[in-house]
Amino acid sequence: MLFRILRVSLRALSRNKMRTFLTMLGIVIGVGAVISMVSIGSGAKAAVEERFAAMGTNLLFVSGASKRVQGVHSGFGGSQTLTVEDANAIIERCPAVEAISPSVGTRAQVIYLSKNWNTSIQGTGERYPDVRKWEIESGTYFDETAVRSAAKVCVLGADVKKNLFEDVDPIGQTIRIKKVPFIVIGVLKSKGQSGGYGSRDDQICVPYTTCMKRLQKAEFLSSIDISAATSALTAQAKMQITDLLRDRHRIAPGSEDDFQVQDMAEIAEGAAATTDVLTLLLGSIASISLLVGGIGIMNIMLVSVTERIREIGIRMSIGAREKDILIQFLAEAIVLSLVGGLLGIAMGVGVSKLLKFIPLFATIKTVISIHWVVLAFAISGSIGVFFGFYPARKASKLDPIEALRFE
Amino acid sequence: MDNVLIQLVNLTKTYHIGETEVRALRGVSYTIKSGDFLAIMGPSGSGKSTMMNIIGCLDKPDSGQYLFEGAEVSKMDKNELARMRNKKIGFVFQSFNLLSRTTALENAELPLVYSNVPGKEQTQRALAALESVGLKGRAHHKTNQLSGGEQQRVAIARALLNNPALILADEPTGNLDSKTSEEILTIFRNLNQDKGITIVMVTHEADIGAQAKKRIFMRDGQIIREDGN
Repeated sequence: MLFRILRVSLRALSRNKMRTFLTMLGIVIGVGAVISMVSIGSGAKAAVEERFAAMGTNLLFVSGASKRVQGVHSGFGGSQTLTVEDANAIIERCPAVEAISPSVGTRAQVIYLSKNWNTSIQGTGERYPDVRKWEIESGTYFDETAVRSAAKVCVLGADVKKNLFEDVDPIGQTIRIKKVPFIVIGVLKSKGQSGGYGSRDDQICVPYTTCMKRLQKAEFLSSIDISAATSALTAQAKMQITDLLRDRHRIAPGSEDDFQVQDMAEIAEGAAATTDVLTLLLGSIASISLLVGGIGIMNIMLVSVTERIREIGIRMSIGAREKDILIQFLAEAIVLSLVGGLLGIAMGVGVSKLLKFIPLFATIKTVISIHWVVLAFAISGSIGVFFGFYPARKASKLDPIEALRFE
Repeated sequence: MDNVLIQLVNLTKTYHIGETEVRALRGVSYTIKSGDFLAIMGPSGSGKSTMMNIIGCLDKPDSGQYLFEGAEVSKMDKNELARMRNKKIGFVFQSFNLLSRTTALENAELPLVYSNVPGKEQTQRALAALESVGLKGRAHHKTNQLSGGEQQRVAIARALLNNPALILADEPTGNLDSKTSEEILTIFRNLNQDKGITIVMVTHEADIGAQAKKRIFMRDGQIIREDGN
């Protein structure tokens, strides 16, 4: 029975191949767009998660809390409450903490001979490479003595090295940051593209003490990077740090913290949520084309019903019931949209696989999620039912006499 | 062969076309017996097409009774009417009304598609019907590759497929030349004589009508004369 209905609708569709193809194209593009867009979104999420995983799960950040002024949150680091003493107290009094690196930052124009470059200046502690799991490409990182004496030394990110020095060995050279001369003592290994948020290799690390005294004239730290002894101790470290800082900042029980301790998992979660929104946005834009494809099906089915009024009349005179005619046209619409859906899935998968061969999109990572493939297929089927129903019903309600007389 | 197949009692039918009323049937009563070969004749607008549509279960009368094998067709719903058309009646039209770009076999099979007959049996029965109208070798030709006479024979094969009690032919020779018309009428005569199938044929051509066993003449929605031999 089902097979027979299928055969009848396939035959009807094959009678006008070009039109069938064009109608299907709407669904193909719609489903293809949804799948490839969502695969880009999912790819972005996977890339973010991967990067956070690489940074280590024992990483914690302390920053000034979000400050609220007349209902407007300033964002993390908005309040200036963290001091160098806080940082020292954390490493001394929190047993679960293994290493810290106080952090301040600014942006500045950097000059080497005739070249200049605008980049981010990170003031860090001497344990920065350990805390952030960052390796040194050449030279060394500055040590505790350099931090204590606020030495004018710096370590370059890979991008900065490339832009200022090209092939010259930068070690021992002097660069000027805000007109202050710094000696380059090392270069960091490249960490690569960070996926849309700018390169992490585009930065220069200097001792935080130097940054605060010579570059920023700052009294407070913007954040403290902390690594717990092990991943399992992260939660404990967080508790110890919170208790310590509340005590040091004299925060009464029940009041809000004036700082924020985040672990990597939380931050990763936040970033993943952002990419989820991106995925949803891309998916919904693509869904619009799917909707347009559905309307195309309805349009063509209406034309097809009008063209085949005579055929409908013949079928009715031979004993087709309303239901038979309804099913026949509905089946055509569903076949149209399901086949379109299958081709669309092939197209979407193909596009997301081929994207990396196009130079402009080479860095975009795509992940095809089977959920979305199944969903897209189901949606295309529903589109057939939804947009095919009205024309099919119209066909089934025709008066057999009028239909037979129709020229 | 004297049992009653169809009984029409005081049928009326009025069409409304815009403001104007067309009284297509004004109280028609007639009895068709099983095995009859009846021609309904009359000029256009005489009500013969309306009569045909009602007998063919395509339309319902406004008032009056229509009994087919004792069952009251005038009270049936749409699905029951469709079933009547499928099981009891075979249609043959002036313009053949075959599905275009479809083979003779597929056209002939069509009534069985709507009566849940298995695919294999469908094909067998359709082939047998095509053979009985002399189209054995043409089963897989598309309808547009067939001549008018051949197309009408496909239509007859299709009408025969569910072994109907009645074949309704609406100007069956209207689009055919006289030689082909004669062939088609011979098929009808044979079906009527050999298989005892009742045939009702609408025509306005006197020489075609003369070949039926009985005739009724219609004018202004009424039967004005009947004869039979």
